[in-house]
Amino acid sequence: MRSKLTIRLITLLFFLMPFLSMAGGEKAAGTDLKSEIKAYIQHHLEDTYDFSLYSYTTDEGVHKYIGFPLPVILWDNGLRVFSSSKLHHGESVAQAGDAFYKLDHGKIYKTDADGTITYDESHHATNVKPLDFSITKNVFTIMMVAVLLFVVFSRMAKTYKSNSIPSGIGRILEPIVLYVRDDIAIPNIGKKHYKRYMSYLLTVFFFVWTINLLGLTPLGINVTNNIAVTFCLAILTYLITTFTAKKDYWMHIFWMPGVPKLMRLVLAPIELLGTFIKPFSLMIRLYANITAGHIVLMSLIGLMFIFKSWLGSSLSFMLAFALGILELLVAALQAYIFTMLSALYFGSAVEEHDHDHAH
Amino acid sequence: MEIPSIVGAGLIVIGAGVGIGRIGGSAMEAIARQPEASGKIQTAMLIAAALIEGIGFAALFAG
Repeated sequence: MRSKLTIRLITLLFFLMPFLSMAGGEKAAGTDLKSEIKAYIQHHLEDTYDFSLYSYTTDEGVHKYIGFPLPVILWDNGLRVFSSSKLHHGESVAQAGDAFYKLDHGKIYKTDADGTITYDESHHATNVKPLDFSITKNVFTIMMVAVLLFVVFSRMAKTYKSNSIPSGIGRILEPIVLYVRDDIAIPNIGKKHYKRYMSYLLTVFFFVWTINLLGLTPLGINVTNNIAVTFCLAILTYLITTFTAKKDYWMHIFWMPGVPKLMRLVLAPIELLGTFIKPFSLMIRLYANITAGHIVLMSLIGLMFIFKSWLGSSLSFMLAFALGILELLVAALQAYIFTMLSALYFGSAVEEHDHDHAH
Repeated sequence: MEIPSIVGAGLIVIGAGVGIGRIGGSAMEAIARQPEASGKIQTAMLIAAALIEGIGFAALFAG
């Protein structure tokens, strides 16, 4: 009974949240609406130092931000830790020890006590940038998802010790885990070697999927449209492929069997380049798909405010709704593709050929 | 006259679109011929489509 009520409350909250944030957007309609929407989308795509759900301008012209601050960790001749609330979204200078820092276009710069930031001709700040290890919104979300997945799956694993029939959330997750094993890992890697890669494949599948889904909630989270995140995921796939590769894998790169000797010399650099292009395309695919989806979705939501007619606005609302459903599919599809291609690369790394016949 | 890079990106996206369309169409024909192999066909279709899509996105970013 209680859990039912909680689920209902959460559902209600999720449905209310976009209305709350839109009500905030409407109030600031003093400036040019189009450029404001553009700036809003730009801001949404960036990583921030605090977890802000939405912001609005009061009638007195004061910016109000609803959310909570996160710790800023800088390395600048010693460790400097302070709360991001001190930065006031770039409106004031933060003091940490004897140093001063200011936010400018989403980056932290070292300044003097007055917070002066100098620019060069191309309008880039010339101030010193300290080494930044801050727990930003993206880092916070990744940590949150990691803890969530760890708790859910370790609890699920524990129930299998007493009973082989899954209970609770395991009933939903077991078919997905089996799907990753039977339809992604085994056909691509092979029955002999698939077990070593299962932990990585499952982790990456559920991590990417959960984070993509979180990006579709009104929390304004978008982690996988940060190229650094997809870069790290792709690097992991690359490292695992490289370090678990068998002799055959390297032979097929540097001395391709079954082709003329001269061709082998030509093929070797191409094949070597191919090993880098594979993770590179993994990185770009996930990043570009999610970014494109977010931009189109946000633009359609923005169109609702530009049209200002019941026909145009309801039309773009329906389009945004349909696209939202499509993005649900894309969220799962991208997680599937990433896992699938990783499995394919692992499969090529451990494949054993019999060299009696030419390839 | 200089052609803007966005035109090239558009051309590549058209090519990628045609490619993915052909993959989808052929996969449908294949499934219609052999419904029992639909699972394998779908997997192969998704992989091929994803590979082409990567090129399309790379062009979009270059453009």
